[in-house]
Amino acid sequence: MIRDSLILAKRTVTKMFRNPEQFVDVTVQPIIMTVIFVFIFGGAIAGSTGKYVEFALPGIIVQTIMFTSLTIGVNLNTDIQKGVFDRFRSLPIARSAPLFGAVLGDIVRHSIAITVTLVFGAIIGFEFVTPWWHVALAIVLIIGFAVSLCWVSVLIGMLARSSGAVQGISFLIVFPLTFGSSTFVPASTLPTWLQGWVSINPVTHVIESMRGLLTGNTGVVGDTLTGQVLWVIASCVALVAIFFPLATWAYRRKI
Amino acid sequence: MTKAIEAHGLTKRFGKTQALAGIDLEVDEGRVLGVLGPNGAGKTTAVRILATLLKPDSGTALVSGRDVVHQAKEVRRTIGLTGQYASVDEDLTGVQNLVMIGQLLDLSTKQAKVRADELLAEFDLTDAGRRLTKTYSGGMRRRLDLAASLIGRPDVVFLDEPTTGLDPAKRDDVWGMIRMLVKQGTTVLLTTQYLEEADALANEITVIDHGKVIAHDTPQGLKRQLGGQTLDVRAASPADLPHIRELLVSVGTREPEQPSPDQLSVPVRDDGALTTVVAALAQEKISVAELSLRLPSLDEVFYSLTGKTVSEEGAA
Ligand SMILES: Nc1ncnc2c1ncn2[C@@H]1O[C@H](COP(=O)(O)OP(=O)(O)O)[C@@H](O)[C@H]1O
Ligand SMILES: [Mg+2]
Repeated sequence: MIRDSLILAKRTVTKMFRNPEQFVDVTVQPIIMTVIFVFIFGGAIAGSTGKYVEFALPGIIVQTIMFTSLTIGVNLNTDIQKGVFDRFRSLPIARSAPLFGAVLGDIVRHSIAITVTLVFGAIIGFEFVTPWWHVALAIVLIIGFAVSLCWVSVLIGMLARSSGAVQGISFLIVFPLTFGSSTFVPASTLPTWLQGWVSINPVTHVIESMRGLLTGNTGVVGDTLTGQVLWVIASCVALVAIFFPLATWAYRRKI
Repeated sequence: MTKAIEAHGLTKRFGKTQALAGIDLEVDEGRVLGVLGPNGAGKTTAVRILATLLKPDSGTALVSGRDVVHQAKEVRRTIGLTGQYASVDEDLTGVQNLVMIGQLLDLSTKQAKVRADELLAEFDLTDAGRRLTKTYSGGMRRRLDLAASLIGRPDVVFLDEPTTGLDPAKRDDVWGMIRMLVKQGTTVLLTTQYLEEADALANEITVIDHGKVIAHDTPQGLKRQLGGQTLDVRAASPADLPHIRELLVSVGTREPEQPSPDQLSVPVRDDGALTTVVAALAQEKISVAELSLRLPSLDEVFYSLTGKTVSEEGAA
């Protein structure tokens, strides 16, 4: 089971390197996002680019990961449509091995995206001022959140008819989650009605935790860093508690 | 003789469609069963059940003596499946596809590579092995798919319409590969829409339609039942048609049919009919554009077995 999942994870990773679109998603895209936000909007939003890179980089990481964690549903849906899963199912491997393989492969994808963004951020002036284990915790936290969120995508991938539909539905979910958060502007600058949503949006807490851990600025929306991190862990537990059973049920029904 | 495949009373319903309405299939070890039927007959559904991809609503099936529902994992160890639609991974190369499946079948990476090279050579894909399979032609994909189903040296191989959509030369290649497989002692269940294909490859043929078995026989027996081969004549000039018709009535087992304005066809008892017709045409100095002896088409098979054409049945 573990060996089979690893073999299938390798397939996910190989495919990613082969598929320019998916590769761009985790390399070029975060760089372009950083450039756009830091150099184009940065001056206007934060007054200076240097200050804004500190603010925006954690958000860009979170946003990249949000979008990356939703490709799993698209990929699984495509594999099923194309009959690749029929081959897997005629082999004496655990039924869930292709699913766990895809999740493991995604972790590699996330790691690449995070590394690229942090390295590029450092090049354009992001300074790591927090202890190294804060940075490590930030990475673990964001990957943990991605792995919890991916079950939503798996569920959509199993229920939707076409991979195009999976993509569409996923975007509908990701957009309000990422943009209705403090990703690009401080929550205090938003209209009050939106602040209500932003403060309960789990993505806001992910971002604030990342900000706290990567830059040392805490309490932007009120909670302490520990409070934010606990919030994130609670969201992960909730996501997994709800969506893991649903996703695996839908997967077993289909596979 | 031991049975490699033994299925009884398999049924499967999808919503309103009764895909299988209780079919029996049996194949002896080392033999080839051809499952012949038109589109929608239930061939793929039957194969998917036997290959453990689908559970039947009722009925039982044993493959290599093991139950496809309760011993699915054991069954999977002994089978190879080539589905109707090639299930190769397009973003991987031919080698990567085969090595991955080898590893999933518990071969070490090294063993898997050796086996992949072996199969690529056997299936004439060595040169294409390092290319992404999305660049492959339809025939190459089929061959890679076939190779993929043989990595674990299965005892029983399922081939769902292995040559549909291939041109005649590629079809002959695939036939050659299937024969090679049979020579090695593998049991094969193949589905097809062509009597010619079942006749060329199978030891026994089961004809199914609307999820039911409507005939089961050896190719010889089935052809006898269907009135043997069919003689096609295309007249060079339409004025000769009545004359040709007379000739065909004398050799045919049924009234000649006129599938197109300048063509007549009639089932004949034996190969001798061709010689008789050629001699008679020469004697009467009638020239023809085309003269051929062929096996009945699926339409004609169904007409003979059920008295209805496939399209009439479909409408019913
Ligand atoms: N997953 C499915 N959902 C709904 N109907 C299906 C499904 N699979 C097959 N069918 C229907 O069952 C019947 C038999 O299909 P199939 O086994 O694919 O036939 P064949 O392979 O002989 O063409 C067809 O009418 C087909 O439309
Ligand atoms: Mg079919």
